[in-house]
Order: sequence, then C-alpha cells, then structure tokens
Amino acid sequence: MPNNSIQVKGLQKSYKKLHVLKGVDFEVEKGSIFALLGSNGAGKTTIVKILTTLLKPDSGTATVNGFDVASKPESVRQSISLTGQFAAVDEILTGRENLIMIAKLRHLKNPRQVADDLLNRFGLTDAAGRGVSTYSGGMRRRLDIAMSLVGKPQLIFLDEPTTGLDPEARIEVWKTVKELAANGTTVFLTTQYLEEAEQLADRIAILHEGRIIANGTLADLKKLFPPAKVEYIEKQPSLEEIFLAIVGKKEEK
Amino acid sequence: METIKNYFFMDMGVMLGRSMRHIFRSMDTIITVTITPIAMMLLFVYVFGGAIQTGTDNYVNYLLPGILLIAIASGIAYTAYRLFMDMQRGIFERFHSMPIARSTALWGHVLTSLLSNAISVVVIILVAFIMGFRSSAGVLSWLAVAGILALFTLALTWIAAIAGLSAKSVDGAGAFSYPLIFLPFISSAFVPTASMPSVVRAFAENQPVTSIVEAIRALLSSQPVGNDIWVALAWCVGIMLVAYIFAMRAYKKRV
Ligand SMILES: Nc1ncnc2c1ncn2[C@@H]1O[C@H](COP(=O)(O)OP(=O)(O)OP(=O)(O)O)[C@@H](O)[C@H]1O
Ligand SMILES: [Mg+2]
Repeated sequence: MPNNSIQVKGLQKSYKKLHVLKGVDFEVEKGSIFALLGSNGAGKTTIVKILTTLLKPDSGTATVNGFDVASKPESVRQSISLTGQFAAVDEILTGRENLIMIAKLRHLKNPRQVADDLLNRFGLTDAAGRGVSTYSGGMRRRLDIAMSLVGKPQLIFLDEPTTGLDPEARIEVWKTVKELAANGTTVFLTTQYLEEAEQLADRIAILHEGRIIANGTLADLKKLFPPAKVEYIEKQPSLEEIFLAIVGKKEEK
Repeated sequence: METIKNYFFMDMGVMLGRSMRHIFRSMDTIITVTITPIAMMLLFVYVFGGAIQTGTDNYVNYLLPGILLIAIASGIAYTAYRLFMDMQRGIFERFHSMPIARSTALWGHVLTSLLSNAISVVVIILVAFIMGFRSSAGVLSWLAVAGILALFTLALTWIAAIAGLSAKSVDGAGAFSYPLIFLPFISSAFVPTASMPSVVRAFAENQPVTSIVEAIRALLSSQPVGNDIWVALAWCVGIMLVAYIFAMRAYKKRV
C-alpha cells in the first residue's frame, strides 16, 4: 500500500445502459509514470473522473494516496491535481491571472511569485499579460498543465495531454512530464498515442472493452507479441503492433 | 474538513473576483445590463412619456422601479450564461477536483450576480437623478428598497442557475430571461393597470412584478406601502426558495 499511489480493484461504471467499465484493476507505483492506453470511448476519461472524485463508481474500490475516492473524497483532493481532456483554463483572464487564481485557491503564501515561476518555466512569460483566448492550442495546454502544478501536488492526472498538439508542442509536454517524474511526482496519463506511452511511461495498461487487457512495462508488453511473427520482422515491434495484436486476439474469442 | 471551512469565504472571494473580471471585460454585458435600460428610460420619458397618463407629474419617478427590474432581469441572463460556460469548459472540473469547498464555485456566481446587479442599479438610479428623478424617501425606505431589489435579484439568480446548469446550449441558457424581461411590460411598471383590457389587467395586477413595482414606488415617494410590500416579499422569497431547490437538484446531477 505505501508504495502505491493508486490502487483500483473491480471498478465498474455504467452510463444508463452503457456498461463502460466492467471490472478494472490496476496499481500505480509512487513516483512512476503510468500510461492508460485506449481508443476513443474506451473509458479513459471515466476512470480519470472517478479517480479525481468527479464521478462515483457503481462498484469496486479505488484508493488514491491511501484514501478511498468514494468515502474520503476531500482527503483525495488534497494531494492530486487534474488536467482534464479539454483545457480547463479561464479564457477571459490572462495567463498570469489564471495561475494566481489557482495559487490563491490553494492558499499559497505568495501567489504572484508562484505564478511568475511557472510562467517562466513554461515559456509563457511574454504572453502572461494577454487574455488566454488569444493563446494557441499549445500555449493553452502548457498553461493548463502549469495550473495543475501550482502547489506541487504529489499525483498529477493528465487526460490526453497532447491530443491536438503539433509535434513540437507534444515534445515539450513530454519533456515536462519527464521532469515531473524526475522530481518524484507520480503521473497518471491517458493517451491514444502508443508512441506517447512508449516514450514516457514506466508502466502501460491497455483498456479495451471495459477491462485492462494488458498491463506491464514496455518490455513486458513486447513479450506478448506473438513470437512466431517477431522472427520475420526486422525492426522491434512498436506498441501499436502489439496493441493491434492483443485487441485482435480478444476479438477472435 | 476544518481547513476547507475556514477558507470558504476567502475562496468565494477569489471566485467573485474572477467573474467580476469577466463582467468588466465584456462590453456586451455592460451595454446590455446598464446602457439598454438607461436607453429604455430615455425613450419612455422623452418619447412616449408625454402620451402616457399615470396621474403623476414626474414620469421618471413612476418609471424607475420598472426599469430597475428590467435591468436585473437582463443582468441575470448573463449569470446563466457564465454558469453554462463554466460547466461546458473544464474549469468547474478543475475547481471540483481541488481541495476547496465545491459549492464556492456556484456561490461565487450568485454573489457576482448580486454585486453586478447592485452596480447597474446604482448607475441607473444616478442617471435617473440627472433626468429629474426625485425621492423624499428616508434612509430606512432606501434600505427597504435595496432589500427588495436584492431579494428579487436572488430569486431570479436561482432561476438563472437552473437554466445555466441544465441548458443544453448557450442559447437555451439565455433564452429563459426573455419572458422575465417582458413581465414588467405587462405590469404597472410603465402604465397604470387601470388602462388595460380586463384579462390583461387581471394578469398584470396579480403577477409579481406589479406588487414589487408598487412597493418600491410607494417607498420612494414616502407613500404608505400597504399590502404590496408583503405580497412583493412573499413572491420574492417564494420564487427564491422553489428556484433554489430546483437549482440545487440540477447542480447535484451535474457534479
Ligand atoms: N456523461 C455521460 N453520459 C453518457 N455516456 C457517457 C458519458 N460520459 C461518457 N459516456 C460514454 O462512455 C464511454 C466512455 O467515455 P470516456 O469519455 O470515458 O472515453 P475515453 O476513453 O475518454 O474516450 P476519448 O478517447 O474519446 O476521450 C463513451 O462511449 C461515451 O460516449
Ligand atoms: Mg477521454
């Protein structure tokens, strides 16, 4: 337990008739980067919402930093931070005002200083005084992530942090995530990009049809790839091929 | 949580500051909630006023209460709009996943509605003064007027909250306020109800705006307020409670 930031057991969730999560189990080790991989509508955001106390599970348990999300949501919120799938920034405020607002809500001593440091770190100092509605998608996402870092939470959720970003902005976000983990922050991220999971994650879990169908390090997952085929392939199988192979196997059953 | 309770008002202050900035940075809001009612007041006083028989010699005095209610009704449409936008975008989810009392996000909007409407009411009253509005009311009467207007704002704000929380589109969030803006026209706000056909008159005399307008008018001209003030208060409090219950239900559904 003390070494796990997140512990999920038998998690189920339906939206009316739609059974999205059919018993999800996984663990996330403290200080690691965990990537949850799944295609559109797999239920990644649903899991993030449950873990960040925005949504109640139908059954099963989820523990975040030792606190149960259903019975101790306030305690869970003390140590987490969420960067949702869609940028959660205030469009009308400036970049600096957005950060100051969050710093104030986190009751930090010196909100301006905190904001300036983050603006600097995310290369937003020049745009700090401009309304966020004038920001590009990449700048907005950077501000969004910066807002999640205010107050240095132990565990950060990033729901598809690079969707819609150009390659350059994507690499910037990757760099940020790696820095976070290097400083001991646990990162839970979801993605549709296999390359992203390959690049960043210590552990990768694949969510498919309501269950985790594979979970392990990149090396573990590569072992799942049918060995007979490996012999005929010159390059290492990419995660994409592994993913398709696993998904394909499930569907044959 | 102890700490969350201690910070409740501070956090709400941050939320208030945020949405007040939204208002001051949007010309559209300022024009609609302050300049439009003022333009309407100018129009009624200097264009239609000569033809309207109210039995008073100062039509601005007669008109002002109704204009204030229209200003508030159009002001709360923006409350619904701001709430809707917050629900749409991820910002509420961010607030709700932070260690703050969740309700501050909603109450911040309510407080903003009260404060911004109070500002536009004061501006409109100042303009009315320039146009010849005079009042013999003492401090207590003014306080009573402020109280009624605040209750009216709160009642409409909670209606706006229902719309903002449950609307499916931006237009839907704002559309509910049109009938509210219209209500003063079918009341004694602009012309005495005695001049209306019987069916319209029956509606006009029994809808909330008339009693509110009459109560404010009586307070401002130091006339006895009679029953109107109690009827007005009963409407405001009644609407507020019912709207609050439904708004909270809509809110619980969303979070
Ligand atoms: N509030 C809701 N009401 C009804 N159905 C919903 C709701 N939220 C999500 N769903 C459905 O649940 C399924 C899983 O949604 P979810 O957003 O968790 O997927 P996702 O993996 O995050 O997808 P994406 O990659 O597109 O973001 C989808 O089929 C979606 O349509
Ligand atoms: Mg999603």
